[in-house]
Amino acid sequence: MAEKTKDILFGPIFDNNPIALQILGICSALAVTSNLSTTVTMCIALTAVTAFSNLFVSMIRNTIPSSIRMIVQMVIIASLVIVVDQFLRAYAYSISKQLSVFVGLIITNCIVMGRVEAYAMKNPPLPSFMDGVGNGLGYSFILLCLGFIRELLGAGSLFGHQVLPKIADGGWYNTNGLLLLPPSAFFLIGLLIWGIRTWKKDQVEEDTFKIKANTRVSDAF
Amino acid sequence: MAGNSESISKTLLVAFLVCVVCGVVVATAAVSLRPVQEQNKLNDKRTNILQAAGLYKAGVPVDEQFKSIERKFVEIDTGKYVQEPESYDQRKAAKDPKQSVRLPGDEDIAGIKTQAKVAEVYLAYDDQGKLSRIILPVHGYGLWSTMYGFLALQADANTIAGFGFYEQGETPGLGGEVDNPKWKAQWPGKKLEDDQGDVEIQVVKHGTGSPSKADYTIDGLAGATLTTKGVSNLVRFWVGEDGFGPYLERMRSGAADSAEAQASSKPATSDKGEA
Repeated sequence: MAEKTKDILFGPIFDNNPIALQILGICSALAVTSNLSTTVTMCIALTAVTAFSNLFVSMIRNTIPSSIRMIVQMVIIASLVIVVDQFLRAYAYSISKQLSVFVGLIITNCIVMGRVEAYAMKNPPLPSFMDGVGNGLGYSFILLCLGFIRELLGAGSLFGHQVLPKIADGGWYNTNGLLLLPPSAFFLIGLLIWGIRTWKKDQVEEDTFKIKANTRVSDAF
Repeated sequence: MAGNSESISKTLLVAFLVCVVCGVVVATAAVSLRPVQEQNKLNDKRTNILQAAGLYKAGVPVDEQFKSIERKFVEIDTGKYVQEPESYDQRKAAKDPKQSVRLPGDEDIAGIKTQAKVAEVYLAYDDQGKLSRIILPVHGYGLWSTMYGFLALQADANTIAGFGFYEQGETPGLGGEVDNPKWKAQWPGKKLEDDQGDVEIQVVKHGTGSPSKADYTIDGLAGATLTTKGVSNLVRFWVGEDGFGPYLERMRSGAADSAEAQASSKPATSDKGEA
């Protein structure tokens, strides 16, 4: 059992990462990773929501009529997100201002809904909770990598503390503005997926169709 | 059990119970955390005002620092003080047709479309109780976003004491540099109007300002021409005839001061309500 809990908890970090393997939750990974403090807050918020929605849905999984199961899951997720948002506004005001709409958008994050539907509906509460935490950690791992690279190279700082002195402030580091813009996260996620799949070959997907060798003969022209 | 949980009455019951439980949870969180959130909002705004005025001291509670600042309301047209409830929200008022005016295109250089008839101003007093800063809320359109900020003036109502935005969505690293302390440091000491009373303050492309106008010219941000233009326009709009012009005129001639002396001798009330 101990072995299994460990798998549930840490499996999603490399072996079954929600972003890198399942390619879910990309939207918020682009939006909130331009600096580390918002990234960390977002990770905690998402992990909490995934874990508790899994827990609650799993607790009532046998009483949810299948005809309305999606909407019941949605109501639970939405309520949890609102509660998290309210807490952030009360106790981490400046960060919640920066995260603005993205906390609310956790509701639509495919990771949450995906885990509830795929895992919590079929498993008892405790493993479901662990699965939620695990997937939250997997998401957090990717986001923290992105946040670290983007803030360090884009603004020369970490958690708002200047690490590399910027030229604008009389230092030597020329900031890379592209990394502060959302598209840079796409490139970084791509590189991360490449890295993980080079390390763990079994994650490489089979080609959906085979490309034939080029048979065109130049004489035809 | 499985068959039972699919019946219509069971479905309705589950739906109803889930809604009730979730509703109670959400409502409890929202209601119980509201006071803390309101306080945060208020503190945030007050911090921005203090920072724009150059009065902010890190580490001292914001309430404490804000004791020397008074909130007042000014009618834009006449520049006279008017009474408004403490809960007055200028940004909401600007969207309400009853409380705002629609600006014709050629006057609307700041790109704000509608303007509240009554605006807030904040007056800061020094230890001797003398007026030290006049802080005006300003906003206008940059490249992507409406930028909201505060412009702080010295007691002469013409010299800038500080300037800063508290909300903007310009390009990070380019237009977003309006928040750069180094750029903002150019503002203090500049003048709004020349001796003839014409608004002269402007933001120009880096290094192209004429030396004779140095007192009124701010160097723009490199790579952010449109944001810079937006900042220039919004400042000129808000200190001009359609903005706080009439009010600033009254402050300079001292009329507003004497009117204020009659109108209120109870500055203590102002720091309690919403700022």
